[in-house]
Parts: sequence; C-alpha cells; structure tokens
Amino acid sequence: MAEIVLDKVTKRYPDGALAVQEVDLEIADGEFVILVGPSGCGKSTTLNMIAGLEDITDGELRIGGQRVNERAPKDRDIAMVFQSYALYPHMTVKENMAFPLRLAKVDNATVERKVQEAADILDLTQHLDRKPSNLSGGQRQRVAMGRAIVRSPKAFLMDEPLSNLDAKLRVQMRTSVSRLQKQLGTTTVYVTHDQTEAMTLGDRVVVMRGGVVQQIGAPQFLYDQPANLFVAGFIGSPSMNFMPATLENGSLRSVLGDVTLTDRVRQLVEAAEGPREVIMGIRPEHFEDASLVEATALASGGKFTSQVDVLESMGSDKYAYFNLTGEQAASADLQELAADVGSDDVPGEGISLVTRLSSASGAVEGASADIWFDADKVQVFDPSTGRNLTYTER
Amino acid sequence: MAGIGGAETTGKKVGWGVLNTVVVIYALIPVLWIASLSFKSPATLADGNFIPREWSLENYKNIFATSEFTRALINSIGIAIIATVIAVVFGTMAAYAIARLDFPGKNLLVGVSLLIAMFPQVSLVSPLFEIERGLGLFDTWPGLILPYITFALPLAIYTLSAFFREIPWELEKAAKMDGATPGQAFRRVIAPLAAPGVFTTAILVFIFCWNDFLFAISLTSTEQSRTVPVALSFFTGSSQFEDPAGRSRRQPWSSRSRSSSSCCSSSAGSSPA
Repeated sequence: MAEIVLDKVTKRYPDGALAVQEVDLEIADGEFVILVGPSGCGKSTTLNMIAGLEDITDGELRIGGQRVNERAPKDRDIAMVFQSYALYPHMTVKENMAFPLRLAKVDNATVERKVQEAADILDLTQHLDRKPSNLSGGQRQRVAMGRAIVRSPKAFLMDEPLSNLDAKLRVQMRTSVSRLQKQLGTTTVYVTHDQTEAMTLGDRVVVMRGGVVQQIGAPQFLYDQPANLFVAGFIGSPSMNFMPATLENGSLRSVLGDVTLTDRVRQLVEAAEGPREVIMGIRPEHFEDASLVEATALASGGKFTSQVDVLESMGSDKYAYFNLTGEQAASADLQELAADVGSDDVPGEGISLVTRLSSASGAVEGASADIWFDADKVQVFDPSTGRNLTYTER
Repeated sequence: MAGIGGAETTGKKVGWGVLNTVVVIYALIPVLWIASLSFKSPATLADGNFIPREWSLENYKNIFATSEFTRALINSIGIAIIATVIAVVFGTMAAYAIARLDFPGKNLLVGVSLLIAMFPQVSLVSPLFEIERGLGLFDTWPGLILPYITFALPLAIYTLSAFFREIPWELEKAAKMDGATPGQAFRRVIAPLAAPGVFTTAILVFIFCWNDFLFAISLTSTEQSRTVPVALSFFTGSSQFEDPAGRSRRQPWSSRSRSSSSCCSSSAGSSPA
C-alpha cells in the first residue's frame, strides 16, 4: 500500500504526438481514483505509464515516495486488471491466480493459502480447476481480480475492467469492485469511459480530454461545479442542456425566455468577467412542471411554454423532451462531446432539451406544457474557452 | 418442423459422408497402388491386379540389401531435421518481431522473404552448383542444409507470424505486471501458446526439405549426401530394380494380354541377381 504521485507526467510519442500533457495528480494511500474521459483522451496511456508498460517522456512518477520512472513493471509491485482480463488460456483458474506468487518464488503452502483466500473472497472456490475458456464473462472478470489481489500489491490498476460485461452484470460487479476496494484498502487507479462508473465508484474523479486533465474532484463536486463545458457535458446522464444566451443587466436571455439570475449566480458571473454572449447550461433535474412548483419558487425561476416532443415515463419520474427553435450552442468542447457519443452526425434542427419532471406531472406528449427551471442552478460558460463562469471552489 | 429439420440433417449427413468418402478414395488410390505394387513379386508386377495374387516381401528385403537406400534415408532425415530446427528457430524470432514490433523496413523484410519464396529455384541451381564446388560444400550435408534454410525461412516466417498475431498482446503485459521478466513472460506465457504454431510450421518445413528433389539431385553426387527422393530416382535403371518403371516406359504398347510374357522374361532376367 502506498501513495502514487504523478508530477508533471508527460507522454510524447516518437512521431511527436502528445498523448498526455503534464498530469499532476496525488493519489493518497488507500484512495480510489477514477480516470475518465472519451476515447483517445490519454487515460489509458496515463495508467500504462503508472504500470510501467509505457515509458514516461517527461515528469516524475513516485510510488510510496520513490521515483519509479525507470523501474520495470515487475519492480513496481503493482497489479493490473485488463479490459480483456488477459487470463492465461493454458492455465487453470488456480494456476492463473497463483502465477504472480510463483514468479515471486513464494513457497507452495503460502501459494495454496493465498489463492484459497482470494477464491473465497471472489466466490471462485468451485471453479479453481477450470480453464478460463470454460468460464462466463463475470467469472473471468473475477479471476482477473483474483490474480491482482493474491499478491497484496501496493496498488491496483484497472483498465476498463467491467466494459466487457453485459449491463446488468456490470452494475452488480461495480458494487463488488467498490466493496472489495474498501475491504482491502489498497490504492486503486481505475480507468473508464463510462461516467456512471466514474460517479459511483471513485473517491475522486479525474476528467481528461486530449491528454490534459480538465478537473479533479469528488464525483458530486464535479457534478455540481464543473470547471468547464467539457466536464459539464461529460458528467451526468442524461447530460446537461446547453444553449446560447446573452447576459443583460443581471438577467439571462435565451430561447427559454429571460430569467433573472439569483444574487449568488450574478456575483459569480460578474467576478469571472466573461463575455456577454455566453452558453447557458441547466441539468435536466432542475426543470419542473410549473403547475407543481410553489408560487414563491415560481417567481424566482425561469419559465417557458413549449410542445412536448417525446415523453418517457420512468415510473419514478418523467423525462420530457422538447425541440426549441434557435441556434445550437457552438463550442469546441461540445463538438468533441458529441463526436464521442456519436451524435455529431445525427441531423437535428434547433435545440433539443431534456427535462426531468416529477411523476405527478400532467405533461402529455404532443401537447403544450408549462415548464419552470431553477434560476439558482443555471451555469454560465464562456463559449470560446469553455470556462465555467459560475464555478466556485465553495 | 423438428422432424423435417431432422430429415434434412440426416440427408445432409449422408451427402457429406458420400462426398468425403469419394474424395478420400480418390486421394488414396495412388498410395494404395504403390503399396499393392510393393507386395507383388516381380513376376506379377504388371498383371494389373489391385490386390496382389501372391504376396511377397522380396522388394522390401532387396531395398535394404544394399546401403544405397538406408544411407539416403539417414541423409534425408538428418538434413531435413537440421534444416527444420534452424529455420524454425530463426523463423520464430523473425515472425515474433514482425507480429509484435514496428521497426523501419518491416514491410521490406516481409516483401523480400516473399520474393525468395516466389523465386524460381531452378534458376539458382547452376550458380549454387558453382558456389558450392568453389567452397567445398558440394555433395555435403551443409551443401543442402543451407539452400533448404533459405527457402524454408519465408515459409516459416509466414506461418509463424500468422500464429503470433493471434496471441493477445495483453497476455505479455499481464505477465510483466504479474512480476515476470521479459524472458519469463516469453517462456511461461507466450511459448506455451505459440507451441501449436511452431509445431505446425516445423512439420511444414520438414516436409518441404524432405520432398525436395531439385537441389538434392543437383548438389549431390555420391551416397555421402544423397537424399531419399534422389536415391529413388536412381533406382530406375540400376540393375535389380530395373523392371517396374523401366519396362513400362520402354514398352508403352504393353497390354494385359502381353503382360504374362513380359513378366516371364523379366523374372528370367532378374533371377541372376
């Protein structure tokens, strides 16, 4: 067990491509840190550099206070779980899990005991003599975890360990990974492209984009206080709604009409000294059916009326989709997010808006609905830099 | 529905079975014919019967009577095994590099090795003959092993790199993370997985070396390094093995009705031996 420190770690490929740029990250002993971002953002490269599978071009990596840049993976005492699990197909489950111990020349009795312990924890006892090809996806995943934990390494590195599982099993394994990490208390770095995994698993989340760290923080903090448009759009599902808006005398003019900013938001925006033409962002849950909102709250928020395009009832609440006429918010961050989701080539006119309403809402598909939104939850971004003008360290 | 499906599969099974049998018989007839001939006595060789009338082991006795064949057998096995081992060892290293690494000139290397495989071997016979005589390699084992390696290597590299590409790269990374040195990772993880491919390649290369006739007949002159295919070719026309191929070639008009007389004369001719 140890802390991991990345000090301006940079990866540049021989052809000059910059994969990871000056990543500064201090991972405390026992902490569970998630690296998240769209594909090609450098998260896996960062993990491979910590593992020692890729050379560090610049900067320093310290594990347990010692510089390990030049050490081979085997001398760093860290274990890794791969996306493909990378189980050795010619070995049984038991041999797979014992492999790191055998390499470390541990005596037979200890190997037996440790493999048995790990198998007990992961519920693999009855599969020990089977080959990986005879196991289900979930069992293979557990064997991969088992191979990582038998050695009691200083840290675990996990490279999208759940992305090959089907949706239901993934949720189940997510909780067991989380429980296992708490139980063992081993420093863990976990890479994923799935923001839900990032939100649910980590003590802290590192959002990366194009090799650069966008923001580091606790999941809830990232959700509430995204540092820029990219983080705002990436974290949260369904994602935040964005639309162009104009700041005028403490109010915000957009396709949702004029809304007077609350004092808190106005002060933040003024302090940030951004431009007048901005991008406004509101999360789906900050909308509500106007008929269900108390009069005092109604007055302090914004309100608009529009035809419900699609209504999805989830039981606990309702998702109402609107299609508003107007220019879509344009920004490099948003374009990249759309490209990552694959929605950049979906033809669509105007602004599509997702709102989460109470299940008591009387909204009907195809009919007009009055929708209220919380003015205090509005976030304002600078379109050119993507910076969140309402960001506060709190 | 299920009944119809079952009938269909039974029909299919019978169809495939018949087709397979036909193919296997077609492929085996020449082999069975040779086997049948080998058990016939010289007198009944050309009687046209598939199953020998009188079984005889005389041919087998004769072939081992002199050192001509046994020596060739030793040469063939020795030369083919040495060439196979060397070609597979070098081929494994080259194929591993081609499958796993990106290095300048990789495509050139693959292209050149393909070129060697495509090059008409017969055009190399005269230069090789001259070179080997000059170097004193003519009619020696290395004189055959060296050209065999040259032509077996492209084959080995091609087959092996296809196998190596199938081995997941992550396994080696996983082994490194589990604490293995590069050598241990190769020996304990990659090698066991590559073994089937290496064996397949070794068999193919061995067959290639074993079957070669062109180099073997051009670059050898004595029993010292003559291989089996060449030794077989020398059977034709050498006194006691004259009959089988020799007579039929000289008498293309020979027919079933005449066979008895020719057999008599041939048996009479071979009796002094």
